[in-house]
Amino acid sequence: MSHAEPVVDRALALEHGLSHEEWQRVLELLGRPPSFSELGIFSVMWSEHCSYKSSKSHLRKLPTRAEWVIQGPGEGAGVVAIGDGLAVVFKIESHNHPSFVEPKQGAATGVGGILRDIFTMGARPVASMDSIRFGPLDDPRHRYLLQGVVDGIGGYGNSVGVATVGGETQFHECYRGNILVNAFNLGVVEADSVFRSRAPGVGNPVIYAGSKTGRDGIHGASLLASAEFDDASEDKRPTVQVGDPFTEKCLIEACLELMATDVLEGIQDMGAAGLTCSSFEMASNSGTGIELDLDAVPQRETGMTPYELLLSESQERMLLVAKAGQEQRAFEIFERWDLDAAVVGRVTESGRMRVHWHGDTVVDIPVDPVAKSAPVYDRPTREPADLRERQKLDLASVVPEEDLQAALEALLDAPSLCSKAWVWRQYDSLVQGDTVLGPGGDAALVRVRRTDGTPTRKGVALSADCNPRWCWLDPRAGAVAAVAEAARNVACCGARPLALTNCLNFGNPEKPEIMWEFAEATAGLGEAALALGTPVVSGNVSFYNETSGRAIFPTPVIAVVGLLEDWERHAVSWFPGSPEGLDIVLLGETREELGGSEWLALRRGLEAGHPPAVDLAHEKRLLRLLEESVAAGAILSAHDVSGGGLAVAVAECVITGPEPVGAEIELSEAMRPDALLFGESTGRVLATTADLENLLGRARTAGVPAHRIGKTGGTRLRVGAPTGEAWIDVSAERLRRIWSLALPRRLADGAEKEEA
Amino acid sequence: MLAVVQFPGSNDDRDMRFALKTVLGAEAELVWHKHSELPAGTRGVLCPGGFSYGDYLRAGAMAKYSPIMAAVRRFAGAGGPVLGVCNGFQVLCESGLLPGALVRNHGLHFVCDFVHVRVEQAAAPFVSRARRGDVLRLPVKHGEGAYTAAPELLAQLEERGQVMLRYCAPDGTLCDAVNPNGSVANIAGVRNERGNVMGLMPHPEHAVEEAIGGSAGRVILGSLVDAVRGLEAAAGGRE
Repeated sequence: MSHAEPVVDRALALEHGLSHEEWQRVLELLGRPPSFSELGIFSVMWSEHCSYKSSKSHLRKLPTRAEWVIQGPGEGAGVVAIGDGLAVVFKIESHNHPSFVEPKQGAATGVGGILRDIFTMGARPVASMDSIRFGPLDDPRHRYLLQGVVDGIGGYGNSVGVATVGGETQFHECYRGNILVNAFNLGVVEADSVFRSRAPGVGNPVIYAGSKTGRDGIHGASLLASAEFDDASEDKRPTVQVGDPFTEKCLIEACLELMATDVLEGIQDMGAAGLTCSSFEMASNSGTGIELDLDAVPQRETGMTPYELLLSESQERMLLVAKAGQEQRAFEIFERWDLDAAVVGRVTESGRMRVHWHGDTVVDIPVDPVAKSAPVYDRPTREPADLRERQKLDLASVVPEEDLQAALEALLDAPSLCSKAWVWRQYDSLVQGDTVLGPGGDAALVRVRRTDGTPTRKGVALSADCNPRWCWLDPRAGAVAAVAEAARNVACCGARPLALTNCLNFGNPEKPEIMWEFAEATAGLGEAALALGTPVVSGNVSFYNETSGRAIFPTPVIAVVGLLEDWERHAVSWFPGSPEGLDIVLLGETREELGGSEWLALRRGLEAGHPPAVDLAHEKRLLRLLEESVAAGAILSAHDVSGGGLAVAVAECVITGPEPVGAEIELSEAMRPDALLFGESTGRVLATTADLENLLGRARTAGVPAHRIGKTGGTRLRVGAPTGEAWIDVSAERLRRIWSLALPRRLADGAEKEEA
Repeated sequence: MLAVVQFPGSNDDRDMRFALKTVLGAEAELVWHKHSELPAGTRGVLCPGGFSYGDYLRAGAMAKYSPIMAAVRRFAGAGGPVLGVCNGFQVLCESGLLPGALVRNHGLHFVCDFVHVRVEQAAAPFVSRARRGDVLRLPVKHGEGAYTAAPELLAQLEERGQVMLRYCAPDGTLCDAVNPNGSVANIAGVRNERGNVMGLMPHPEHAVEEAIGGSAGRVILGSLVDAVRGLEAAAGGRE
């Protein structure tokens, strides 16, 4: 060997994140100690991030099939048919740890990675969403993290020309030591032109394309993503990759051009664990082997070792298998886009991965045992000792809200409920010219085009949601509620929810309490996905979201994708300005539920109780009612009632449109007014209609409770009971000001304090 | 025929072609940056938005050296109409085809939003479909869109009627609050002295369909289409 390599022994294996048992398994598999490069391969392939070894046994129970599902979990992304020979490809993925260590590059490469998952399958990426969560904004570090993450998402997404159309931004103490950055993308593909991760055909060339390989991101998957944070995590900054959106943009165009020819047999992006993971998975999926020549890999730095070349997570790189003899056509396309491309290997029938470097064979291991037989753990679970304590809430002892209007204003000013325009104004939400409903509403709505650019009548609706406080109080109920809310949001614009993708953010799975949260949440996710007919087609698990032993709240982010057959027939989420005097109808029922509510947390400092109950049969009926009523024109606007309850939902309808539109609301339910106004009972939607009898009739037929609660008009919001003084009587303009200035004010205040 | 220049990193190239071809019914083609000639029959050139060559140095600074820009300079020199949108505006300023420069937004952030612009010069070939004082609602999306010019240059631009569009309130009044990027004198679009080259930061190609972004962009792109049809008719008459 022409370079000095460390001696590979048990101690080094443990340093690489392998367990004692896993090390033993490596020795048995090979019948010898691995080489240094081989150890590197095992450590990434069997890392939590790549192997899903702790989550697999739970994920297997999720519903993944439906007539319209073309590709479920297991590929880069899920694929769902939307009719007329078209399909959508989508997935959400975490980039939490890199973003905490280096917010701008961490978030940027998160966007880049998810885009590659989508176009790898032959789809043009058309819409992104980002779910981001931070600690409190009075902490300067979290103001810095928010600005960095937003800068990174915008800097990358804007530059590659893919619209960022939605997402969520939340703040909570539990993310102070571990922020969350979950990136979603959706692409459109002709259903018969889906590409997959394959390496078939002995003798076919393996082609490397895109950026040159450098020393960045080595062990991002194993050491950064698959371990807890501690005080020394800053030292892990070199494991964060650096993104180049310009190369990505060229790579998207070149790959889509190449996929329109018949040159390619298979393709996969080099994401986590780089060249190693992609080549192993492609060979494993086809039952073949690969012979790799590392000297042929385009390199950015000199003197890179085989270990580094195999494990580098340099961004914007693809691995392709072309039909033998046709590689020249691929090279012509990459050259046109000024991208590096080189044949770096051949497909073999050996079932082994053989890697050569400087004339030596540095890796020679069987493909399947590494790719398919990664260890699977059925980790012990235990209900957290304080769970019952968390769920305890005696409403009678909670002091009733003395000033309902002040409470509404405080909620609209709360960082998790206020306007996020400061965030999404920094994202290009319009590029590609198909954004019907952009950020800020319940769901985003994007017109679908065919691959040749011809617009269709179809629209896809997207929404990403999670209420982590509910998940902390009851992970199963919280996950059910997240699925129900995302589906409801999509249905609010008139779309039919089709399928979902999930990003499951949890703490350290080696702790039984965390594993219990995970098991409960995935069970809830499965239950809701089954009941609502929205199978899980892709997803990502992010464990080890804790710092110095403190875990985040369980945060299973759910993104639901829906289909609107005619995008022009959609509802908006705000009260329409004309005609005036529309009837406002509340679909669903309000129960006296204040457990886990924003009001209880903000006004009483309590995070306790049971989250509101979810009736999945009711949710299903509600989805159908929304879809049919919007299509029939019986609903003009629809807005989901969620954080902050009915009062906040009404206020949002008043202030989020192009112009504020006032409303008079009369509520007659007999319960404490704070629960009526701020309770977060699920399964509710605020709709406006110009044809009240029609809508009420439809609701009756559908079996969905529906009550007229007021009408739109004027410039004020008034809410009250049938008798007595109004609880709330305030100008729409005032509410809008409070809501829209909440985030910029906190960021500016912070900046001033730092200067002082 | 209208040529839409395609740089690597152009993002609104296909959107521009869609607006011109599918919505406005004009002939439009993408032209690759490595070509050193415009296609025969080119009557107008558009430089679209995006991040040409990644814009890592300074927006538009690399694009001016591309082979196609030499051809665009010749075309403009011969009096042919050239319109730059967003990154295309930046490229035209960097190339010396338009006066002034575009620098980092004063707020330092990228901004994507709908704005209003007031038509200052309702002149062919770019704004003939409007009247002076008309207000158009168009989207902007850029990080480096603050138009800057030295005081002498600015005075000259005003005097010679080269300021085409200004950011304004929906009622047409000018104030700082409606200026999304800190452009001097609220300038959103300018033309060269000869009047055949114009650049603007707002995106007319993303406002050509009533239900997606509104239709104010047709005023700008439609004017160019009218002008090109006029040129084609004249050429046809001569032939």
